[in-house]
Order: sequence, then C-alpha cells, then structure tokens
Amino acid sequence: MQTKHPSTPPDGFDPVAVDQIVGAHRDLPGALLPILHEINRHFGYIPHQAVAVIAAGLNLSRAEVHGVVSFYHDFRSVPPGRHVIRICRAESCQAMGSSALEDHMARAIGAAVGQTSADAEFSFEAVYCFGNCACSPALEIDGELQGRATARTFDAALALLRKET
Amino acid sequence: MSVELFIPRDSGAVSVGAEAVARAIAQQAERRNLEVQIVRNGSRGAYAFEPMVEAATPAGRIAYGPVTAPDVPELFDAGILAGGAHRLRLGIADQIPFLAAQNRLTFARAGVIDPLSIDDYLAHGGFQALPRALEMGPARIVEAIKSSGLRGRGGAGFPAGIKWETARGAAADRKFIVCNADEGDSGTFADRMILEGDPFALIEAMAIAAAATGASFGYIYIRSEYPDACRTVNAAIAAARDRGFLGRGAVGAGHDFELEVRVGAGSYVCGEETAMLESIEGRRGMVRAKPPVPAISGLFGKPTLVHNVVTLASVPVIIERGADFYRALGTASSSGTLPFQLAGNVKRPGLVELPLGATLRELVIGIGEGTASGRPIRAIQIGGPLGAYLPASALDTPLDYESMQGVGGILGHGGIVVFDDTVDMARMARFAMEFCALESCGKCTPCRIGSVRGVEVIDKIIARRDARTNLMLLRDLCDTMTNGSLCALGGLAPLPVLSAVRHFPADFGLTIREAAEL
Repeated sequence: MQTKHPSTPPDGFDPVAVDQIVGAHRDLPGALLPILHEINRHFGYIPHQAVAVIAAGLNLSRAEVHGVVSFYHDFRSVPPGRHVIRICRAESCQAMGSSALEDHMARAIGAAVGQTSADAEFSFEAVYCFGNCACSPALEIDGELQGRATARTFDAALALLRKET
Repeated sequence: MSVELFIPRDSGAVSVGAEAVARAIAQQAERRNLEVQIVRNGSRGAYAFEPMVEAATPAGRIAYGPVTAPDVPELFDAGILAGGAHRLRLGIADQIPFLAAQNRLTFARAGVIDPLSIDDYLAHGGFQALPRALEMGPARIVEAIKSSGLRGRGGAGFPAGIKWETARGAAADRKFIVCNADEGDSGTFADRMILEGDPFALIEAMAIAAAATGASFGYIYIRSEYPDACRTVNAAIAAARDRGFLGRGAVGAGHDFELEVRVGAGSYVCGEETAMLESIEGRRGMVRAKPPVPAISGLFGKPTLVHNVVTLASVPVIIERGADFYRALGTASSSGTLPFQLAGNVKRPGLVELPLGATLRELVIGIGEGTASGRPIRAIQIGGPLGAYLPASALDTPLDYESMQGVGGILGHGGIVVFDDTVDMARMARFAMEFCALESCGKCTPCRIGSVRGVEVIDKIIARRDARTNLMLLRDLCDTMTNGSLCALGGLAPLPVLSAVRHFPADFGLTIREAAEL
C-alpha cells in the first residue's frame, strides 16, 4: 500500500523528473552522488519515492540507495523551509562568537539548528566550515555566503528576505 | 586609456561585499565616462583588507581596502585609477606588510591573475612545467618529486615521491589521479583559494602527475560547501580542454588525460582518502582498511595517486625550478613552503605562505598582529579540528612536521585558529568529541562509540561530577581511540581533547599537578 509521506508537497512527487535525472547520469562511473545532488536540487530534498526509482535505474538495492542518502548531510529527507539559513559551527567561527550569533539567529527566525520554523519559512542548518575562516563568523542565506557576520548584519538580511516575501 | 581594476571574485571576498563593490565601480566608471577594465581576480589572502581593489598603474598595482560599496564614489574622487591618496589606500599590493613578509611559491599567482584566463596564466609562467615534465619523462619526474622532499599537504605529511613511484610502478590497464579538494578542516581555506584563484595550476599539476604515473583520468573531489570553487574549476577544465592542455594526447603522444569534478555531500570523513574514493564510486563514505594503499589499488580498484590540492599545486614549481631549489627551503625533513592559514580571533587573518619551520610567533604575532579582540591569546589550535590546542607559552614552536610532533600536535593542513582568553577549553574539548561523533563513518568501534562516550564523559567533568575519575576514564577512552581507530578521525580526535586537559586544567576543575598525574 502506498502511504503518502506527510511532508510531500501539494504538487506531489514527479517520477518523470527522477527518471530523467537518473537517465542523464546512469552511465557515469559512480553515478549515485551526482544523481542525488541533482534530485536534491530539483525537489529541495530526496523524496522517499525517488529511492526505488534510482535503485532500479542503477541496478542497486533500495537499501544501498537509502544508505547513501542517509549518510551524507547534504541530502535532506524532508523538504526544507522556503529559505535555508546555515551557520558555521566550527572552531574558527566559534572563536569569533558564532555561538551567541547562532542563538540570536534561532530566536529571530523561530527555529533552532536542525529545525524548520512553524510557518515553513526558514530552515536552520549547521555547517562545519565554509572555508571562510579568515572572515569569521560565517553564515549562509539561500546559498549566499556572508562573512564577518553579526546579529545586526543578519537582522538586516532577514528584513530584506521578509520584505521580498 | 583603459585602466585595469582588480576586484576579487573569491568567495571570501564576495562574502564581505565584493560583488556590491564591483557593481558600484562599474556604475561610477560609466557615470564619470572613464574607461575601466574590471578584472575579477582571486584573493591574495590578506582578508583583513577584503574586498581589496587594485588599480594597475605605471607604478604597480595600488591596493585599496577594505572597500565597501559606499566608499566607491569617494575613491573615484580621490583618483583611484591613478593610485590617488585615500584613507583606504594600502600602497603597492606586493608591498603590503602582510604579503611582503611571505614567500609565495604555490600561491604566487593567486589573487594576481584572472583565474579563468589561460592567457593570464601563461603570461605568469603557467604551463611551462608541463612541457618540461614531458621532456623529462616519467622516471625523472618521479625522481624530482622524491628529491624535492615534498610531503603531503593534506595533513598526513606522507612523502609525495613515494606515492608517485608506487603508482608509476603499479601495472594496470587504467590508473587515476584523484585530487582531494574536500577541505573540511576548520580554519583552512588554502585549497579553496587555489581552486578559485589559480585553477590552471592544479590542472597543470594533475597533468604532470598523469604523465609520470601513466594515468589517463583524474577526478577533483570538491566539497559541496565550495560551490564557487566547483564552478571555477569546471570552467577552467573546459578552457584547458579547448586549448589542448587536456584531452587527446595532452600528456604525450598517445597519452590522453581527462579531468572531472565530483562534488562531495557534506561529509567531513570523505576528506580521508579511502572514504573519498568510496564516495566517488557512489557509496557511503566509509573508510577502507589499508593496505592495499590507493597507489596500488584505489579508485575502482585501480592504482590511484591521491593528493591534496596544495600538494599538487606545489608540483609545477618543483619541476620548473628544480628539486634542489625547493629542498633548500624549509627544514631538513620538512622541505619547501607551507601555505599557513591564519584564522579565528586574529587581527590579520588570511593565507600566509612561509618556508616550513617558521615559528608560531612569527605567524600569529608578527604577521597576524595578535587577537582581533585585543585580548590576550589563550589557546591556538593547529592542524584543524583534530589538531592540538597549544597555550600562548608555545608561541616559539617552529611549524614543521617534527617540531609539531614534539609538542604533541600535528601540522595538519596548516590551519591555525587563535582563541582569546574568553575561551572555555572544556567546551572546546567537548566540541572535538561531538564533531567526531557527528562525522564518524561508523566503520570502526573506537571512533563510532568512543566519540559518543567521550561527549558524555566530558559532560560529567563539566558538571564536576566525579571529575578525577571521569578524567581517568576519558584518558583511557582516548587511548583506545588513538590506538584502535581505522583512520585519523577517531585516531586524532583525542589530540584536541587531551591537549586541552593538559594545558588548561583549570577549565576542567583540576590543578596543574592533578592534570599532570593523569
């Protein structure tokens, strides 16, 4: 019996897109990661229904595909909020006050690291180093890296995001 | 006459506003009807001055920084195109003290050239080592790498020449070169700066490695946290292929060489070479037991030369200027230069390339000018999240592989993270274990279980619950992890933990004597 995943977006799962992505990469040696990246980009996460399609396409077991999906932090199993906000938690940023910044950000967006805000506007994620350690602390808003971040610069960026929506 | 203005495209510079500066400059130039040619270079690594704008004047490249978009009209008023006086003027870029104090070989071009212009690369000495290497032939290339004393810059410090010799000697129908660009260590960004600032140097180095070992295909495994680096390297590969530096017969008659970028997926342990190979093959990044070493049986079971970005990027200089030249730099057993990366609470952070053997003081105080907060230095972590924490009293330690071992640390990938006196070292020790637990691949028990137990034990110590007994337990646990783990993640995670206990016992509720007894 097919049960609907609680977080499946209203527009539903598009198996054709997955098929196309698998088809475009299947001849690549070690195709699974490139395929998962592409699906993660397309859907914002890896829909659980995609696992069987990928497994069939690559002649792998579903367990093998699931194992890879669950191993890597980048591959989400549920859809993220409309905006994805990431903060670096590694040592260099800690030395420049990232913990206090993280607390401030969590309050501002209404989600702790690892959570999505109740209104599904913001997902807050931790990253262990953006390689921007010479401009610590670093954070990222929808893929845009910000260095020498402060509560003030974050609030300004957040206000811009909220204005756009 | 058109004047060249350099504005970095480096992701660090962009993270502090370089795009807005570039837009403002284009706008001002148009408004004032001035002919300006904007070049998007990499970063020179003087991040305290980023975004750093340079104007090419007859006197040299005059730098200004840190520039913000609102400064731009004022800079044009001051005559930036002619190097005019302004409060942000830093003088000739090469003569900025932070840069003038360095010995740039591997990073000679980073921040100087347009990273995506082959012509610029050629004009700055690029693609001279490859033809030279092809003339030398495999045996002499390997000999040059061996006698240069180059050691792996990714962290392990393994002699590069031995890997080259092994890969060359392995008989197989296919061989691979894999560049490890999964620069996960906190406090490090040298790989990123090469990928974004001088990608052709890496391509040239990999082609030389292919010529020496007989490999026909190479992968560059870049972490997903570096999207700009992925874009830049992909564009550089396409450009190199267009000009015949990659592809058919690129590394000798009948010897093709192709390159492909593979993107990581947020796993720290995939920076471990065998986990990386698993990841490229499309599996969970689980560490493989060695032997066999990758140079014998690596990617897809074929002989594979695996090197970090900086190790590879050091190769063209060695071929071009000779092993003796390279060997003369540094110390007897740590030859050459190392691009150190100064980060954390430091006034002048950035990339500092110096011969191995420079002291921590020269770097952190001399070039870094102490803490950014102005408070006293308390701890310095060297070599990434698995490196030891040293106290300020260790500032005179020379930074080379052996000396770092002598003080119970590692040099790692050359990352140096400075903390001021507000740091709580028990918390940092806990973080080291927590990070290990989060990133453990799970293959070996000491790392998988040990790191989780480590967090629990440190929590008890922090709560002052039976601190002495629990510290003894922590020590035992660290012994098991050090000696029983399959790779450096579990094997080295005890380093930051135990060094924190040893050097900062008060943070764990211990006296110095008690810490020494443990």
